[in-house]
Amino acid sequence: MTDTIFPAAARTELVPGRGGGGPASTRTVVAYGFWIFLLSDIIMFSGLFAAYAVLSGNTADGPTGRELFNLRSAFIETAFLLVSSYTCGLGALSAEQQRRDRFYLFAALTFILGAAFLFIELTEFAGMVHEGAGPSRSAFLSSFFTLVGMHGAHVTSGLLWLVYMVAQVAVKGLRPHVLRRLLCFSLFWHALDIVWVGVFTMVYLMGIR
Amino acid sequence: MLGRLTWDAIPFNEPIAMAAGGGAGLAVLIVLAIITKNGWWPYLWKEWLTSVDHKRIGIMYTLLALIMLLRGFTDAIMMRSQQAIAIGGAEGYLPPDHYNQIFSAHGAIMIFFVAMPFVVGLMNFVVPLQLGVRDVAFPVLNSVSFWLTASGSLLINLSLVIGNFARTGWLVYPPLSELAYSPDVGVDYYLWSLQISGVGTLLAGINMVSTILKLRAPGMIYFRMPVFCWTALASNMLIIAAFPILTATLAMLLFDRYLGMHFFTNDAGGSAMMYVNLIWAWGHPEVYILVLPVFGVFSEVIATFSGKALFGYRSMVLATLAICVLSFMVWLHHFFTMGASADVNAFFGIMSMVIAVPTGVKVFNWLFTLFHGRVRFKPPLLWSIGFMVTFVIGGMTGVLLAVPPVDFVLHNSVFLVAHFHNVIIGGVVFGLMAGYNYWFPKAFGFTLHEGWGKASFWCWFIGFYLAFMPLYALGLMGMTRRLQHISDPDWRPLLLVAELGAIVIFCGILCQIVQLYVSIRTREHRRDLTGDPWNGRTLEWATSSPPPSYNFAVMPQVDEIDAFWEMKRKGAVAARSGYETPGYETFEMPRNSPIGFITAFFAVMIGFAGIWHIWWMAILGFLAAVVSAAVFGWSEHREFEISAAEIERMEQARLAGGGAA
Repeated sequence: MTDTIFPAAARTELVPGRGGGGPASTRTVVAYGFWIFLLSDIIMFSGLFAAYAVLSGNTADGPTGRELFNLRSAFIETAFLLVSSYTCGLGALSAEQQRRDRFYLFAALTFILGAAFLFIELTEFAGMVHEGAGPSRSAFLSSFFTLVGMHGAHVTSGLLWLVYMVAQVAVKGLRPHVLRRLLCFSLFWHALDIVWVGVFTMVYLMGIR
Repeated sequence: MLGRLTWDAIPFNEPIAMAAGGGAGLAVLIVLAIITKNGWWPYLWKEWLTSVDHKRIGIMYTLLALIMLLRGFTDAIMMRSQQAIAIGGAEGYLPPDHYNQIFSAHGAIMIFFVAMPFVVGLMNFVVPLQLGVRDVAFPVLNSVSFWLTASGSLLINLSLVIGNFARTGWLVYPPLSELAYSPDVGVDYYLWSLQISGVGTLLAGINMVSTILKLRAPGMIYFRMPVFCWTALASNMLIIAAFPILTATLAMLLFDRYLGMHFFTNDAGGSAMMYVNLIWAWGHPEVYILVLPVFGVFSEVIATFSGKALFGYRSMVLATLAICVLSFMVWLHHFFTMGASADVNAFFGIMSMVIAVPTGVKVFNWLFTLFHGRVRFKPPLLWSIGFMVTFVIGGMTGVLLAVPPVDFVLHNSVFLVAHFHNVIIGGVVFGLMAGYNYWFPKAFGFTLHEGWGKASFWCWFIGFYLAFMPLYALGLMGMTRRLQHISDPDWRPLLLVAELGAIVIFCGILCQIVQLYVSIRTREHRRDLTGDPWNGRTLEWATSSPPPSYNFAVMPQVDEIDAFWEMKRKGAVAARSGYETPGYETFEMPRNSPIGFITAFFAVMIGFAGIWHIWWMAILGFLAAVVSAAVFGWSEHREFEISAAEIERMEQARLAGGGAA
């Protein structure tokens, strides 16, 4: 009866973690679990995106996105974050190849780009608050600061995690369990990019119209 | 220094609250004193509080749920009594402010701290055993999840004696829950305890899905998994998809209350209806998070006690997954009166009715499983049959409420209250009780007393009908929910019947306590030496009762749907040695870890400080949590190896001492 769904050929291929192949390796399980965590994190963001979509017009006679957003700085922010994902990817490859020096180099680049992103974001926030367009000004601004700020908080924790991982590599070397944690970190960092692409499109590109 | 916390926070002038809080505090102190006096702390700490064994964590979840059930039920019977007394000229014994806290606490506690931990506990205990593996994917994370849930319930119980609880209903709808209308700590207690336990639940969901999808015994392809594992998979996928929405929504309300934001306020462009939409985008899937696993329990119980394979295994799986998907498409039926257009309401009404189709498939499958079976009417099966009768009634009133014009009449009436208690008691609670009676011998090595079990079932069953059928009638007569005082004396007889029902359910709970006590006292006569007291079909019965910490010395090879039944049928198991004959191999087991308990400690610290605006304490707790996570994250040797020789020695000792029968 099961043959219709699982053809005999597929069933004889007994890969651990798939079909009847028995439990998967630790590396697979860890990466898989972390993927699911990221999925849930993205759903959390989707709640904030939904709130922003509903409230973005509710400015309560306060400033609108069109008046507040600076597309140029948002574009630079985006570029920094996307390039940091690239350097993060190179760092992950270097780690897999056991090339520690190159890993340090790319980790440093990733950190600098991420920190630059965060600096621009915080400058933007500070400017808005200074102009009287803080999160308690209107529902629009509440949802803006929460959505973008939540992403920023993720980037901040990502930066701290990166420092922590560099310390682990320095002390322990690129051993399997350190590599597993690095794998999770790079998944996390790329996921932040995906969320940011949504933020840039929905908040900045659509908000400036 | 202590933020908003002053001596005024202790409700000295409210005798009922003081007595309840004092009683609960006293009970805790007595338990702690007994543990200290007998010197049980080292054992408790080493074997339970720091345990990462999925079975022990499952048992702790269940214990937490049972204790909180007593709290939630106390709230329930207080409300029923108030409504039975405060009619016409009588005022009753609960002032409005206290009554409002009780109905809010009752709902929040029953859903978040009774139903959830009970369901998660059963899944935690059973799923790895049914999959034929040694633990969940992330054993330490599992401990963290449990302790976060326990932290949340500790916080919500603190509100009994320090400060107060929300008066807003169990979902704290704004604008009432906003700072402008609920300025004190009640709503904050709700928000912090739910945020903390919600993170725990989310992590548990991630863990369980990874376990089911990536760790199964060799040969266990998806369509050989027990139905309980399928329903657990569906339920945990819903947790992953729904709980982040709850986290985001409650975070927005927290920001409104703490940072002066305007997500849901009346002014500055906030939208209270957005909260209602978001909370039900989590809330409706939550219903299925609770009920899908118990559908799995019924499937196991009915197949076992009919001595037959489950009828329509494939359709059961597909129905489960259909419900899983549909559960995200019906949330608006909780507020048809919002004022959406007729088309929108019609869509959600029809989707809600569509869910009845896969559910109906399940009911027929269970009936056909019983049909021509050799049915044994043990307590788990009684609960299952009671469920089938009761749940179908609840389902039918649900379809009634899914018709928008009918809903406009019955919205917020006690008809609705009757409906959701009908499905949650008749579905979830009956299922949890079936599971409790069914798997208890697996967990502790002896069966529960049958007579008291049956008595408890009949009390619950009859009590349920007495307590909630009158509410259907009262709802149709126009009685709205959450009334502290009833002005129409014509409703008195039905309210008295409902009160009687609550008392009969109380007898059911007493019978369960007696059942547990009697069973423990007579455990030597009721030992389960075979590991298979019910003539079971799935792998959890293939190991001894209670199972060793590693569950299976040799991982079983699965060839059929009812793997253990097939082993027995083929006679490969002289009882259950089929998996023991091959040579033992060395394997790794996770080490115990205090990180779950430590995380919980700091979570309570952060939550309590947040509630009372004690900012230095919140920051301290946060930093301490980060540091302990970093220290734990540095560690490497989280597993220890058990060598083949050691396993052989342990197995021989176990089989000789336990029940090689």
